[in-house]
Amino acid sequence: MPDLIAKPPLAGAAALTLAGVTLAMADPGQITSVAPFRGQDKALGKALKALGLSFPAPNQVMSHGDVRLVWTGRDQAFLIGAEPRGLAGLAALTDQSDGWAALRLDGPGAVDVLARLYPLDLRAAAFPVGRVARAPFNHMSSILMRPGPHSFEILVFRSMAHTAWHEAGAAMRALAARAATG
Amino acid sequence: MRVAGKGLVDRSTTVSFRFDGQSLAGHPGDTLASALLANGVKLVGRSFKYHRPRGILTAGSEEPNALVEVLEGNQQTPNVRATVQEIFEGLTAQSQNRWPSLRHDLLSVNDLAAPFLSAGFYYKTFMWPRAFWEKLYEPAIRRAAGLGRLSGRHDGAVYEKAWAHCDLLVIGSGPTGLMAALTAARAGADVILADEDARMGGRLLAETGQVGGQSGPDWVAGVLAELAALPNVRLMTRTTVTGAYDDGTFGALERVGLHLAPQADLPRECFWRIVARRTVLAAGALERPIAFRNNDRPGIMLAGAIRSFLNRYGVAAGQRVTLFANSDAARQTARDLQAAGIPVAGVIDPRPDASPSEEFPVYAGAEVIDTAGRLALSEITIRHKGSVTRIETDLLGLSGGWNPTLHLTCHMNGRPIWSPEIAAFVPAPNAVPGLIPAGSAAGVFSTARCLADGVAAARRALAGIGQRAPDVPVPEAEDGSYELQPLWAVPGKGRAWLDFANDVTVKDVRLSVQENFRSVEHMKRYTTQGMAPDQGKNSNVAALAVLADATGRGIPETGTTTFRPPFSPVSIAAMGAGGRAAGFAPQRFLTSDQASRDRGAPMIEAGLWYRPGYFPRPGETTWRESCDREVAMVRSTVGVTDVSTLGKIDIQGADAARFLDLVYTNTFSTLPVGRVRYGLMLREDGMVLDDGTTARLDEHHFLMTTTTAAAGQVMRHLDFVQQAFCAAWDVRTISVTETWAQFAVAGPLARRLLSGFLETPAGLPFMGCAAVRLGGVAARLFRISFSGEEGYEIAVPARYGEALFRDLVARAETLGGGAYGMEALNVLRIEKGFITHAEIHGRVTAFDIGLDRMVSPAKDCIGKAASRRPGLTGPEREQLVGLRSKSGAAITAGAHLFTPGDAVGRETGQGYVTSVGFSPTLGAWLALGFLKNGRARIGETVRLVDHLRGIDVLCEVADPVFHDREGVKLRA
Amino acid sequence: MRIPCPLCGPRDRREFYYYGAEDYLHRPAPDAPPEAWDAYLHLRDNPAGITRDLWYHETGCTAWLLVTRNTVTHEILEVALVAGRTAPKPARGRRAAP
Repeated sequence: MPDLIAKPPLAGAAALTLAGVTLAMADPGQITSVAPFRGQDKALGKALKALGLSFPAPNQVMSHGDVRLVWTGRDQAFLIGAEPRGLAGLAALTDQSDGWAALRLDGPGAVDVLARLYPLDLRAAAFPVGRVARAPFNHMSSILMRPGPHSFEILVFRSMAHTAWHEAGAAMRALAARAATG
Repeated sequence: MRVAGKGLVDRSTTVSFRFDGQSLAGHPGDTLASALLANGVKLVGRSFKYHRPRGILTAGSEEPNALVEVLEGNQQTPNVRATVQEIFEGLTAQSQNRWPSLRHDLLSVNDLAAPFLSAGFYYKTFMWPRAFWEKLYEPAIRRAAGLGRLSGRHDGAVYEKAWAHCDLLVIGSGPTGLMAALTAARAGADVILADEDARMGGRLLAETGQVGGQSGPDWVAGVLAELAALPNVRLMTRTTVTGAYDDGTFGALERVGLHLAPQADLPRECFWRIVARRTVLAAGALERPIAFRNNDRPGIMLAGAIRSFLNRYGVAAGQRVTLFANSDAARQTARDLQAAGIPVAGVIDPRPDASPSEEFPVYAGAEVIDTAGRLALSEITIRHKGSVTRIETDLLGLSGGWNPTLHLTCHMNGRPIWSPEIAAFVPAPNAVPGLIPAGSAAGVFSTARCLADGVAAARRALAGIGQRAPDVPVPEAEDGSYELQPLWAVPGKGRAWLDFANDVTVKDVRLSVQENFRSVEHMKRYTTQGMAPDQGKNSNVAALAVLADATGRGIPETGTTTFRPPFSPVSIAAMGAGGRAAGFAPQRFLTSDQASRDRGAPMIEAGLWYRPGYFPRPGETTWRESCDREVAMVRSTVGVTDVSTLGKIDIQGADAARFLDLVYTNTFSTLPVGRVRYGLMLREDGMVLDDGTTARLDEHHFLMTTTTAAAGQVMRHLDFVQQAFCAAWDVRTISVTETWAQFAVAGPLARRLLSGFLETPAGLPFMGCAAVRLGGVAARLFRISFSGEEGYEIAVPARYGEALFRDLVARAETLGGGAYGMEALNVLRIEKGFITHAEIHGRVTAFDIGLDRMVSPAKDCIGKAASRRPGLTGPEREQLVGLRSKSGAAITAGAHLFTPGDAVGRETGQGYVTSVGFSPTLGAWLALGFLKNGRARIGETVRLVDHLRGIDVLCEVADPVFHDREGVKLRA
Repeated sequence: MRIPCPLCGPRDRREFYYYGAEDYLHRPAPDAPPEAWDAYLHLRDNPAGITRDLWYHETGCTAWLLVTRNTVTHEILEVALVAGRTAPKPARGRRAAP
């Protein structure tokens, strides 16, 4: 039997702190896409309730403890951090755990870093804490979440982890150099 | 020369810089222009066409003359405006468009030849012989004319791009902009205040008038301190808003590091996209020169620029000053100079009723008709009361009035409106939705009225987005009247310059009319008026007036040319920031990437993916040796390759099968669970979109694979079909391409390899699939083949991809096989006649590739109706065939096919080649291609011609499947 | 240009893929005459003024959008989901199945 050793999407990426921002890889745990089957909205709602959750409206994240149900697009949400218990038959469930690389940006300058990566309005009124956006990270499809006022979590396709890390780092280096000039 | 006690530069610190090899000193806060003038340097450049000596005309970004090259490491930035470039310790600049030196420029003979070089000269002269244009004329003219030069070396500097969003964008930080920003900021709106200058304050930094009982700069400092302390305000200096676009989007260029010595990681520039709900355009106004004979000498400067240099930089640009101005306002220049102890030799005012002055001589009803001084102004000649007088002077200030800086209001097709009161164009109302021009940019020309207009504009802007703003009290300030008598060009002989940057004279515009280029757009192109880096900021209105006069029309009827973005030059590097090298597109790496590199595989780009080309073994010196070995290996033992790049789409729901029947030409609702079927997908116009296999994992659960190239396109297509035509169906799709790492194990020993650790393969039929477990890991096994050999694909969650790949390759090696790359994969599939997007390139039908029987007659599908239309089937179509080089000579993809004996030409073309490879299995060069009526021509000989690579080879037409036509090996 | 996506909110146009005129939604019956298919696939108006066309929020929610806009003023007048839904819950299906 092959000895299958699991590898993270980006091996050996040590957290990087620059310009008051820390960039780090994160492990969000199990990710399952949940796309309600036709006519199952009510039953799904009930099943989700048992998990302490409800199906999120667009751009919303529902949380219960460490478990999140994150809106990720039309008729679709990602259940993050738990098994999709009781949801089978009510929604199309697809394991997405290995499809994504998660990056964290923490620090007061995180918004400035993201302003160099996303064409999004990230002002608190437009993108408050607890919100999610499907939006392009430069040329990459991504899921952007704001767990805290100065904290962001980004999911990109696993194969693009290297590019995402590199581009976030480049934005941070430029900001640090700006800060150094006063 | 510096004037004691004047200016805002920091005299306590000295900054040294170099210009044309000479070491000079200035102070922090100086521009290159102010520092040069402080050092008595007046000659700064040579003109574009005539190589006339030129100095500094303005104190702002509109500068047409003082363009220099800035040297930085091995970089050379041309056409930098000396009036914008700030000095820093070590700044090195040099003049451009001169040889051997600025003072002695050999090409100044062009100036003597001027009678021959008027507008249109090049068009008329260098017409024959035609062949000379590209080889001789154009290169020679380009060398003689033109601006600065690039280094020609790669620019490794960092450029940045960024987005910003706000409620109110205020463009310009003069009195209008500051009051607008203050009003909105106090109302709590998110405000961005952007100014192209290094220091905010606009004209208030350049004038001596009081604002609210304070000096202009002091009042500015107070307002800025309040704004800077507010969390809802972002102050952006050195940021030029360069373009207005749809829905409140603006482009803006920030000069981040250009005022500093280069530093690692510090961007030179940042290109901003600012999205604003409302905008106040408070960009001020630009003073305009007057055209008269020899009005372009160093030492001739705009009157307002003289005040800027004096009041802001503490620099007297001359020692004996004259002024030629058609309004009272410009006399402030004379007053400021006199007050600073610099004598004013005369104010030449064309208005017959101009008021006299106690302080300096005023020549009412007079005009400047000529000037003298080879490299700098020494005297002017004036016509006054019928006589001609000369006045000795080294600095002549010009003011022909002011033009509102309304450029951004024209960026969305807005046409400015002529205002006779100020003899200038003003912005049309609502020219850019959500943008309110205010202050001088709207033609309001006193400080007091600008301050008030700023408040009003901000209140109006906020009201438009439902926010209330306080009525901020307006400080007291200068409120003079602005009365001028328009004067565009002084009549007389000789050349009078309109467009300094492109060397366009009054005569050129008149000549254009004579030759019947009378429309403003024709005149512009005939004379090149307004086409230089300053885009006619200093000259367009005067040129229009001259054109109007020459054609006998009024200025409003003559109209204007269109101002387009950018407002001032933007480097391509800034616009493309982040897009260079690896930033051009994301790089996608396979889970097996490191394992392949460890084995020395060169990685090749396949779309965004990096895939191994081949796996060289010791002793192999060319890719062909490795490729041939890998092909033979798969045919004789077993090979392993990473196929994770293929698109994988998970499809679930009660209507999933029905949905597949709609998107595929063939039927999937009949596919048993645990089986895989090849599917063909058409676009609605009947052309092939993609092909691939789809597995039925469960009654209502399918896994579709797409080609690597079309994965995104297919997902978009599925989304469209589902949302547009069957939104009510129960079907859900999601990409799982990234979730699974998938490896092909192919060859006669494939089953033996897998049986080493799996039970399943023995029972798995060709085109079967099964869920399997590798230890604790859930995996999927498919019996499919893209090589023509018995083949399996095994998929595991991506985190285990690398480990599984290494394990499979090691197992293959113990069986005499190993890893194979893209090159071998390509040869294997050509031998087997399997198509890729080289073949299904968007212009072929199911009929063309011989798969029209896959279009089920029993059901509808996307593209079916169109695929049946006349012209998409029949013998006239180019059909997929195999080709085999007859002589054994190499053949190439992209070559064209001809009937032997026919002339080789476009009309006689019979088809083309899409894929080629050398087949070690058959010992021949094979190709796939499309040949007219090809299926009926199997066995014939065609001529393959590739002019690009000099190839002309006879080929035999064959069935596209060269290897194992009966599929015995697949089903083994 | 910014398109107000009914699901995601106003977004920059670079997030969207442009397909073409609204006509693509009106697929003829499979047995419709060739003229109907020709019109469906290839015949388009080129209006100076109001037009309705299809955009895909490719790097956003992946919804197909029907955008009503003015080609002269660039004003966007209405954006609707092609699938006829504004939220995951309400009624499904605005068009009959083919």
